[in-house]
Amino acid sequence: MKTIIGLEIHCQLTTATKLFCGCSTDYQNDPPNTHVCPVCLGLPGTMPSINRRAVEYALRVAKALHLEVPEVSEFARKNYFYPDLPKGYQITQYDKPLAVNGYFEIEDDGGAERKIRLTRIHLEEDPGRLVHKGGGDRPKYSLVDYNRSGIPLIEIVTEPDLRSPKEARRFINRLRTILEYLGVFDGEREGGLRIDANISIEGSDRVEIKNISSYKGVEKALTFEITRQKNLIRRGLKVVRETRHFQEARGITTSSRGKEEEHDYRYFPEPDLSPLMVHGWLEGIDLPELPTARRDRFMRDYGISLNHARTLTGAIRLADFYERVARELEPVFAATWVADTLLGEVNYRGMDISEVRPEPFIDLIRMVAEGAVTDRSAVDVLRIMLDQCMEGRICEAPSEIITRLNLGKTVGDDYAEIIREVISANPQAVEDLGSGRKEALNFLVGQVMKATRGRADPLELGRLIMDLLKEEGV
Amino acid sequence: MVSDKDVEHIAQLADIGITKDDLREFTVQFNAILDYFDILDGVTGEEQGEDSLCNVLREDDGTPSLPQEDVLGNAGSTEDGFIRAPRVM
Repeated sequence: MKTIIGLEIHCQLTTATKLFCGCSTDYQNDPPNTHVCPVCLGLPGTMPSINRRAVEYALRVAKALHLEVPEVSEFARKNYFYPDLPKGYQITQYDKPLAVNGYFEIEDDGGAERKIRLTRIHLEEDPGRLVHKGGGDRPKYSLVDYNRSGIPLIEIVTEPDLRSPKEARRFINRLRTILEYLGVFDGEREGGLRIDANISIEGSDRVEIKNISSYKGVEKALTFEITRQKNLIRRGLKVVRETRHFQEARGITTSSRGKEEEHDYRYFPEPDLSPLMVHGWLEGIDLPELPTARRDRFMRDYGISLNHARTLTGAIRLADFYERVARELEPVFAATWVADTLLGEVNYRGMDISEVRPEPFIDLIRMVAEGAVTDRSAVDVLRIMLDQCMEGRICEAPSEIITRLNLGKTVGDDYAEIIREVISANPQAVEDLGSGRKEALNFLVGQVMKATRGRADPLELGRLIMDLLKEEGV
Repeated sequence: MVSDKDVEHIAQLADIGITKDDLREFTVQFNAILDYFDILDGVTGEEQGEDSLCNVLREDDGTPSLPQEDVLGNAGSTEDGFIRAPRVM
């Protein structure tokens, strides 16, 4: 049974002010209803005016994703009653969107590049935020905050070209990366990206899932929905064409039956705004270096592997971080530490790379490169550094941590005693080594490493053990 | 032609309760307004030139927002700086 998925992605643009008024978009840490004015409240007598930068940002995205920009585009009113809209309508675009017919390449489940067609991109204002109170599925009332009302959004609509939840997630991830590279979107901003998905099993009706607000949520919601639809079909029942809501916390979708569905939005051209004729602007828009180009440059200039280059360019902040490190240290060595070690530790803690300061990290890795600390100790130090940073404690310098915990790499002599103990405690391994079994040496090295809490260099230890055994004539 | 039924539907969408008398009156008025548009449709306005009315834009510069107490001033009910709305889901 073939799965058919199309997405509508709403993405907040990082302009300084709202789409149609001068209220600041920087409301994340402010009390409710403090970033609103008569325009975004829709008070009588007010007039919206279009933010030039929002149009430029949207065009930047359109150009990067290969969309055509028609001669004329127009704003429209979408009328509906819901408390998230103070005006009774949302200003959006309807039959004359800003851009149409583009595409975007992703890797399919088999790893091959595949084009996902994009139907359109249009500009619209974000509605306000509702907090439902009184618990459960039947809230008693709602609280409304209009700070978000009027934030510029672009809605990107795909053709039904996606074939699996994993593919949808990869699509969202790569889209997010490109939007960040374009400098029009902040992926760390809560609620900055919201997704509606249309999903059907070939031959059945389609269902729209609303209210997906996280990257992981897309895959979860779609996986749940596919299972639900396939089960219906298997039992000989029909999939009903409807709108369903994704309940993030429970990982399920629920039907949103009733009046809400019988929408009649009565779209009409927004009489307070003039049409846009911005086709000619495209030529003047310079696109920054995008992820694929940067990946190729990393391989060319730094000599790192495709895998490392792909990982390191997967988010703009990570790529910037790596380049900062690669300026100071050998780039291949730096790539291993950033892509394999640091990124793993950062993800494990649910942190973002932007929370890590590059300088102390460079200091630490330089000590590894110079042989002052072993790989293993450096990882321990890194973990301590990240934990301190995450807990908002005073961050110790790596050298301080190394001194405090006595993790500096020690010279061989200090270990002679420990090595002797390990040798006498493991006669079988010594015998095996004598009869040419190399893995016995690894075992002995491991025992000494354990006893020294990883401070010793394993290669050096191997040599020391062999020397000592020779001395003792084994 | 707009019928009584159309007006009833629009009233419902607009969340407005209307009486039978209103309905009859509004239907007559709706149709009168739509007749004006028939007249407007007959105007040829080519000479105005559409381009001059395009791309009216503002720069991305901030202007002050209202104090929260003013924003909440018209609200029937508030709570912790939010406007309180009846149950909607």
